[in-house]
Amino acid sequence: MPSIKELSREPELFSSGHRACTGCGEVLAVRQVLLAATKPVACAMPTGCLEIVSTIYPHTAWQVPMFHSAFENAAATISGMEAAYRALKRKGKITEEINFIAFGGDGGTYDIGFQALSGAVERRHRFLYVCLDNEAYMNTGIQRSSATPLGAHTTTSPAGKVKPGKLEWRKDIVEIMIAHDIPYAAQATVWNWNDLANKVRKALSVNGPSFINVLVPCPLGWGYHSSQTITLSRLAVETCFWPLYECENHKYRLNYTPKEKLPITEWLKLQDRFRHLFREENKHLLNAFQEEVDRRWELLNRKIKCSQ
Amino acid sequence: MKKVVTGNHAVSYGVKLARAQVIAAYPITPQTQVVELLSEFCASGKLNAKFIKVESEHSAMAACIAASASGARAFTATSAHGLALMHEMLHWAVGARTPVVMANINRAMGPGWSVWTDQNDSLAQRDVGWIQIYCESNQEVLDTTIQAFKIAERVLLPVMLILDAFVLSHTSEPVDIPDQEQVDEFLPPYNLKTKLDVNNPRAYGGLTNPDHYFELRYKIQKAHTEALAVIKEIDEEYKKHFGRQYGLVEPYRCDDAKVILVTSGTITSTARLVIDEMRDEGRKVGLLKYRVFRPTPREILRDILYRAQKVCVIDRNISFGHGGIFAQEIKSVLYGLPASPPVYSFIIGLGGRDVTPKDIREIIEYTYKEETPAEPVIYRGVRL
Repeated sequence: MPSIKELSREPELFSSGHRACTGCGEVLAVRQVLLAATKPVACAMPTGCLEIVSTIYPHTAWQVPMFHSAFENAAATISGMEAAYRALKRKGKITEEINFIAFGGDGGTYDIGFQALSGAVERRHRFLYVCLDNEAYMNTGIQRSSATPLGAHTTTSPAGKVKPGKLEWRKDIVEIMIAHDIPYAAQATVWNWNDLANKVRKALSVNGPSFINVLVPCPLGWGYHSSQTITLSRLAVETCFWPLYECENHKYRLNYTPKEKLPITEWLKLQDRFRHLFREENKHLLNAFQEEVDRRWELLNRKIKCSQ
Repeated sequence: MKKVVTGNHAVSYGVKLARAQVIAAYPITPQTQVVELLSEFCASGKLNAKFIKVESEHSAMAACIAASASGARAFTATSAHGLALMHEMLHWAVGARTPVVMANINRAMGPGWSVWTDQNDSLAQRDVGWIQIYCESNQEVLDTTIQAFKIAERVLLPVMLILDAFVLSHTSEPVDIPDQEQVDEFLPPYNLKTKLDVNNPRAYGGLTNPDHYFELRYKIQKAHTEALAVIKEIDEEYKKHFGRQYGLVEPYRCDDAKVILVTSGTITSTARLVIDEMRDEGRKVGLLKYRVFRPTPREILRDILYRAQKVCVIDRNISFGHGGIFAQEIKSVLYGLPASPPVYSFIIGLGGRDVTPKDIREIIEYTYKEETPAEPVIYRGVRL
C-alpha cells in the first residue's frame, strides 16, 4: 500500500499549467493514477474535457506520451499502441517494460467508445482503462450520458414542468466490464486516494486488461462550489451511491465500509443538478433514487458474499 | 518466384514481403481473403507481426494509426462500407501524419446491397488526404503494395491501394513474387523520426487553435505535392530492383492519337485490347491509365491529353448531382489551357455490371464521331 509520503516523492507526471477548471475531479484522478503507476507509461485518451485542457497544441501537460485519436476509440488506440510495443519488443527494438493506460470520460466509455472498449478487453490486450466518470458530457456543455443518474438535470435532460430531469437510471459499467471476465475491475473515487492508488497498482500488475471507474465530481456540471469536490466524492461513497469495491479474478471485495450509511439526500442536496428533486411534486423520485441505491448496495454485498 | 495468385493474395504477399509489424483488420467481402492469408502467415510464423482482430473497421484504422505512431509498420485492408465506417479515422491518419498502408477492394455502396465492383467507396474518400493508387493487374497490386510502404514512409502520408472487387480480388493471375532479400534491399526497416516514446514524451492530436491549424493543413498539401516526385522516384527505383514500373499514369499508344480514352482499374485491360484492335484498323486512338489519383499528376495528364483532339473518360462511379468523378478531375486538369480538347464523360458498369470490349469500342466511336457529347454525362448501358 503506497503511503502519502511515498506518493509525494514520485515525480508529478501531469504538470500544473493545464487548463482544467478549479476543483476539477478529473485532473485529480489523473494525477493520482500517474503517481501510483510504477513503470513508465504510455497513454491514450479520447476527445473530451481532459484532452482540451491538457494538450493544447503545441503544449502538453503530460510528462508521458499521450495519444489522442477521436472520441470513440481510446481502447482501439491503446490496442494499437500495445500491439506495436509487443511487436517491437519481440524484435528487441524496445527493451523496457511499459504500462499502457487509457483515460476516457463517461461519454467516451459508456456510450460512443463502448464497442471499442468491449473489443479491446475481449482481445486481452494488456492495458488499464480508467474511466473518469463525471456523469455527463461536460466538455460539450453538460449533456446527459448513460452514466447520468436518475433525475439529474442536464442540458439534454432539463428539469421542466413535464419532465423532472433524466428519467432513466445509470448504466452499471463496472458490472459490464466484469462480465467480460477481465482479471481486474474496480470502482474508486478521488477522495480516497489511497484506495485509488492501490487499485492502480493492482490493475497494472495483472496480465491482461483492467478497468477502474473513478467518480470525478465536476463543479460546473453538477452545480456546486469548487471547494466541495472531495466532499462530494466522499459523500457518494458514504451514501453507498458509489461503493469502493473491486473484482479480482472473479472475487468481489468491498474496499471501504461506511461507518454509517448516509441517506442519498446528503449527497444530492449539495448539487444544483438535483435541486428540483427536493420539490414536493418530485418526492417520489427521491424515494426511487434511494431505493435504487439500496437495491444496488444490497446486490453488491450479496455478490461479495457469494464470490468468497 | 512465379505463382498463380488472386488479387487479394497478391496484397497479402506484398504485406508479408514488406514485413508489416502490426495488422489490424475486420472481415468484409470481398477483402476478407487478404487478411485470411495474412493470419495464416502470422500463425505459421512466416510473418512476425501482431495481428489485431478488431471489432470494427473504425477500430482497425484507429489501431493502425496508433501502432504506426508507436513505431510499427501498420497495415489494414477493407472495402465499401468498411471504408465508409473508417471515414473519420482516414482523416485522422492524414492529420497525424502516420504512414499507414491500406488495400481497398473497390465495392459498390448499398443500398441496394451489392458486393460487386464500383469505385464509389474509395472516391467518396477523395478529399481525406490519402494517396490513392488504382491498380490494374495482380502483379501491379503486389508491386504497389511494396511501393506503398516506401512512399508512405517517405512523405508521411497514408497510402490506399485500390483494386476491383472480384475482377481482380478473386481472379487468379501469374504473379512474380520477389525474394525477401530483394525486398529488404528496396524497403528499409520502418523508422519514424517522431514517435511515441516514454523517454521523450509528447502529446499527439491536441486541441489546435486557429494560430496553428492552417499551417498543419498546408504542410499536408505540400507533402502531397512533393509525393508526386517521390512516387515517380520510388517507381523508377523499383524498376532497378525488380524490372517493373507503372508510372503515375500510363499512356498507351497515345503519341499521335486523335481520341484518348481515360480509364482506371481493370477496365484498362479491356480497353487495351480495344485500342489494339482499332489501331489495327488504322484508327488513331490511345489509352491513358489513370493510376495515381491523389496526388493529382496534373502536369503529366496535361502533357498527354493536350495533344489529343478529344478525350473520353470512363467512370465506374458517380458523384450524384454532378457526374463521373474521373471526368471531373480530367476537366479540371485541362481547364484554362488554350484550345483544350473536349471531354466526353461516360458512366458505365455501376454495381459491377460487366464492361465489355464492345461497350468500350462504342464509347470511343461515339467520341470520334460526335462533334459534341449529347449530354454532359452519358450513361452507357442503363436500362430504363
